[in-house]
Amino acid sequence: MIFKGNVFLFGDDIDTDAIIPARYLNTSDPDELKMHAMEDADPEFPSKVQKGDVIVAGKNFGCGSSREHAPIAIKASGVSCVIASSFARIFFRNSFNMGLPIFESDEASKEIREGDEIEVDASSGEIRDITTGKSYVARPIPPFMQDLIADGGLIEHIRKTGKI
Amino acid sequence: MGMTIAEKILQAHTDTPEFKQGDIIRVNVDVALANDITAPIAIHEFNKSALDRIADRSKVVFVLDHFTPNKDIASANQCKMVRDFAHEHDIVNLFDGGEVGVEHALLPEKGLVLPGDFIIGADSHTCTYGAMGAFATGVGSTDLAAAIITGQAWIKVPSTMKFTFVGELQPWVGGKDLILYLIGDIGVDGGLYHVLEIDGPAVSSLDLSNRLTMSNMAIEAGAKAGIIRADDKTDAYVRLRAKRPYTLYESDPDAQYVSFKEYDCANIEPQVAFPHLPENTRGISEVGEVRIDQVVIGSCTNGRIEDLRIAAEIMKGNRVARGMRCIVLPATPEIFIAAENEGLIKVFLESGAIVGPPTCGPCLGGHMGILARGEKALATTNRNFVGRMGDTQSEVYLCGPAIAAASALTGRISSPQEVM
Repeated sequence: MIFKGNVFLFGDDIDTDAIIPARYLNTSDPDELKMHAMEDADPEFPSKVQKGDVIVAGKNFGCGSSREHAPIAIKASGVSCVIASSFARIFFRNSFNMGLPIFESDEASKEIREGDEIEVDASSGEIRDITTGKSYVARPIPPFMQDLIADGGLIEHIRKTGKI
Repeated sequence: MGMTIAEKILQAHTDTPEFKQGDIIRVNVDVALANDITAPIAIHEFNKSALDRIADRSKVVFVLDHFTPNKDIASANQCKMVRDFAHEHDIVNLFDGGEVGVEHALLPEKGLVLPGDFIIGADSHTCTYGAMGAFATGVGSTDLAAAIITGQAWIKVPSTMKFTFVGELQPWVGGKDLILYLIGDIGVDGGLYHVLEIDGPAVSSLDLSNRLTMSNMAIEAGAKAGIIRADDKTDAYVRLRAKRPYTLYESDPDAQYVSFKEYDCANIEPQVAFPHLPENTRGISEVGEVRIDQVVIGSCTNGRIEDLRIAAEIMKGNRVARGMRCIVLPATPEIFIAAENEGLIKVFLESGAIVGPPTCGPCLGGHMGILARGEKALATTNRNFVGRMGDTQSEVYLCGPAIAAASALTGRISSPQEVM
């Protein structure tokens, strides 16, 4: 699968309160959560983001709370995938469990700029910055997590295989 | 080759005969916990699976503690959904209404989490139970649904970093100050994916309450777990409460660690974390003049009776500063009753503090103490991200109960030595 879109750039340690503030956690409806995605980091994000766009961030993206509302809000906003230098561990597992594609690349995280048009090949992990012409390769995804993606998330994986 | 506590617990909970760091293994779960914010998504996933299978209902725990007492209609609906699910599926460990305590203070008290357990919770501060010699880690709601259905979770086998605290604790220094100091040293991603194993004579000298505070904030360094070896103090606490067998593990002398650090408590004064990350720590002598509008004493980090005793000792006979809102939230009903019996509630009320019910409310900017634009709060909670307690233009500073209580009296971040 190929993801293609424009980049929204964020810094280091973007926490789950910035991704979806707790004041909106009285619902888990993706259509409501997407109205507030990334709001406390960039108030205009929910109105600006287009289907297919990509979030590129620094280290420790998604730190803080375990709230799965965070990847749900990002996915529902239309973002096709997230690239970061590193991900906080609960956000990382949540993304694979619920089906938000994420990629780790130090170089891509440091060099890609706000507004660049980029393309990500999910199977090879190749990240191409169409605006600058540069390419990057994301860290390989462990086979178990590839199975989760192929099955459509953890619950579908359990339905298919009868176990985790 | 020797093993760490974390590795021994994983080995006792997996069918995978041999594993190494970095492997992804399936682990049997002793407790699967969720709250009124995270359980609804887990229930939705459970229903979507159409498997209608619960591996072991006695291992499922729901605590309705975040937006309760229900703060609005939407929160009430979320609580109702969890309550209905629990009733329909005979989940006995539902804590609702007057049985609610802040989950990570409540579960140890109820004997639901024990040394040697493998515990997952759809709440990042599930790592609190590491202080009891358990492997406890925060996960998402889908993980929790999977654990409810299968009784298992997947985990990448972590490596362990060792932190040793030596030397004598300085006045008014407790578990909160030690863990803030550690986070200030290694940073909010300094423990990413690792287990922090915390030990040393200074940690052994702490009571279980202060150790729970330390493990509680392991996630604030990005860690998977923050484990403290269960000793006689742990055993004495657990023995009265446990309703099933438990195991006290210790790391082998030749266990493998990726790093070692030693901190001398002689150099650690009471700590304050400045906005907007828990790693922005300073010793109290380096804080300077910071005026505050609100103090919160409570939460899964510092809402236990030992914390309230410290706060009351400082506040007794004094008045909360004019214009200051000081909110005290005993973390569980049992703690509330103890505080009442010991006369602490009277001390708080007579000093001009607000005493509220057990709830996570203000810690995450839910309710019961939201900040206006430009306001500053000092809290014994665990996070100070942008907008954490209210408006995005407000600020949260973190500290232990002694600094919080002293500052409630002066209206600015202060050492207890200023008021006693």
